Amino acid sequence: MTRIGRMFEERKRAGRKSLIAYLTAGDPTPERTPALVEALLRGGADLIELGVPFSDPIADGPVIQRAGERALKAGTSLRSVLEIACEIRQRSEAPLLLFTYLNPVLRYGLERLARDAAQAGIDGCLLTDASVEEAHEYIGAMHGQGLDTVFLAAPTSTPRRLELVARYSTGFVYLVSRTGVTGEQDSLSGAAAPLVRAMRAITDLPLAVGFGISKPEHVAELASQVDAVVVGSTFVRLIERNSDNPSLEIQLESFTRELKHGFGAQA
Amino acid sequence: MSPQPDSTGHFGPYGGRFVPEVLMAPIEELERAYLEARQDPAFQAELSELLRTYAGRPTPLYCAERLSKTLGGARLWLKREDLLHTGAHKINNSLGQALLARRMGKRRIIAETGAGQHGVATATVCALLGLECVVYMGTEDMRRQRLNVFRMRLLGARVAPVEAGSRTLKDAISEAMRDWVSNVGDTYYLLGSALGAHPYPMMVRDFQKVIGEEARRQMLAAEGHLPDAVFACVGGGSNAIGIFNAFLADAAVALIGVEAGGRGCALGDHATRFRGGAPGVLQGAYSYLLQDENGQVSLTHSVSAGLDYAMIGPEHALLHDQRRAEYVAASDSEALAAALQLSRVEGIIPALESAHAAAEAIRRAPAAAGKIFLINLSGRGDKDIDIYRENFPEIDQP
Repeated sequence: MTRIGRMFEERKRAGRKSLIAYLTAGDPTPERTPALVEALLRGGADLIELGVPFSDPIADGPVIQRAGERALKAGTSLRSVLEIACEIRQRSEAPLLLFTYLNPVLRYGLERLARDAAQAGIDGCLLTDASVEEAHEYIGAMHGQGLDTVFLAAPTSTPRRLELVARYSTGFVYLVSRTGVTGEQDSLSGAAAPLVRAMRAITDLPLAVGFGISKPEHVAELASQVDAVVVGSTFVRLIERNSDNPSLEIQLESFTRELKHGFGAQA
Repeated sequence: MSPQPDSTGHFGPYGGRFVPEVLMAPIEELERAYLEARQDPAFQAELSELLRTYAGRPTPLYCAERLSKTLGGARLWLKREDLLHTGAHKINNSLGQALLARRMGKRRIIAETGAGQHGVATATVCALLGLECVVYMGTEDMRRQRLNVFRMRLLGARVAPVEAGSRTLKDAISEAMRDWVSNVGDTYYLLGSALGAHPYPMMVRDFQKVIGEEARRQMLAAEGHLPDAVFACVGGGSNAIGIFNAFLADAAVALIGVEAGGRGCALGDHATRFRGGAPGVLQGAYSYLLQDENGQVSLTHSVSAGLDYAMIGPEHALLHDQRRAEYVAASDSEALAAALQLSRVEGIIPALESAHAAAEAIRRAPAAAGKIFLINLSGRGDKDIDIYRENFPEIDQP
């Protein structure tokens, strides 16, 4: 079991929910990322998704698209994200999940990535454009190195597809709260609750909900239904607006804490 | 030869279905609806009737005698897709898919366009069928194909400018996919080339294969035998697969796909996926892709917006690996020269894309006496008049 599985087990025993924080690694620069991750962890983030920038991010809204462009311009690659992970790992035992698209991973080599990622202290991987049908080699390579493979389930997924996603996911299942790309929303879509119920009926894996979650109220609304919520674009926007501001880390930390308060007694 | 693709949408190792989970069920639904429509005589009859009475099929097969004589070698025949309504082969596919969308109960059509020909064809059929139409187009392409932007607007479509990346076809497709992810309930994505996730490469080929079926029949009627070689330009590859398909089983017929050689051999200066590209995943499919050592998709360049794309359609990747088709490149300047020659010797101003196919045939013709060449003249050059004017300043004076 990876750090992801252990984290969810411990928190479940303690009756607590988890906050998953996404940021695009390398934004604004690769050198800056470890300190930003540490700020998220100090604020109470339980798991970090390290986004590996890709030139054509079809599942991402404008905020994460811009972050990816900045990161690529700063020279970020899958290799440098592994170096970032290694640096974070020297000071933290928090679970780390790579979050990216298939092509950079194919180019790096599936077996080579699995080996290097495990060595860098990565716990698992999520590829937004790798459908379970096309993912067999990838799954084999990751599981061969003891890494988790997290897949997305969506409000459009049919019962047959939910079964596939549950079968091939390890660590947790990531439920997409609405039909859309990544990005903040004022209010949550009603699509999340039925998806959570459908997935809960077929798997014991921890369930996380993401896409469009940006406020402590959203966290509070979802806390009773799932094991974790994922917040991404809001953190990325905060980084975008404050990249030159020396208080960026403090702001990230305190905003993370605010989100975590959304869980109330289950934080 | 086994039918391509297989039941999971693969052409050998290529193709497949690489999209976010949100789109997987809708794409499965699209595949089911298409396979059903394909078997339905009423659907096929309506499509054939519209192709005949509205689009202008069959298109002529024309013997370019003056050009053949000038080159002094092979006899050149042109498949005149440029004479179709809206000026290119794209309408074959737009009509087919729009009828499918209507059958599926989708009222909103989205599309991407590079040169604007697919956008115009889609805007046209949406006007015809009374469907809402949004066309995504990179702002660089909007600049170089201004005429088509206005044509789409005149037809009632909304042209949505895309500022991301290189502001060309690739970025327009990404934006269209984001729209589709967000509006999947009522929206049909009408993809214009033999690209993307299964069933698109198969479906687009099926709607374009009428080009080759007609040309093969016409060629046999006119010459009494098949051509020695068939030439077509390849961006995503829809006109090429459309004409190649009918000749795949005719081993003696050489199939020659012409990619955009652009302005040089460096990555970023061309769109030759088989020279400098490697298999990868982009926008739903696995195929040859121009990319850097980190798996980031490269920028491409071509004077022709319709060929300016980093990936080639998956069926072409298989034909390349099987050596059933040969893929070569024509540079910007070779394509421009071919366009000028066709204009002056035959009175046909071709689209810049089609001029790439003509350029390769013109290059090979002198050494091919007694041979018959068939060129898919996939589009007309009206949309490229500004580019021709820029490149031939010496012509544009009193």
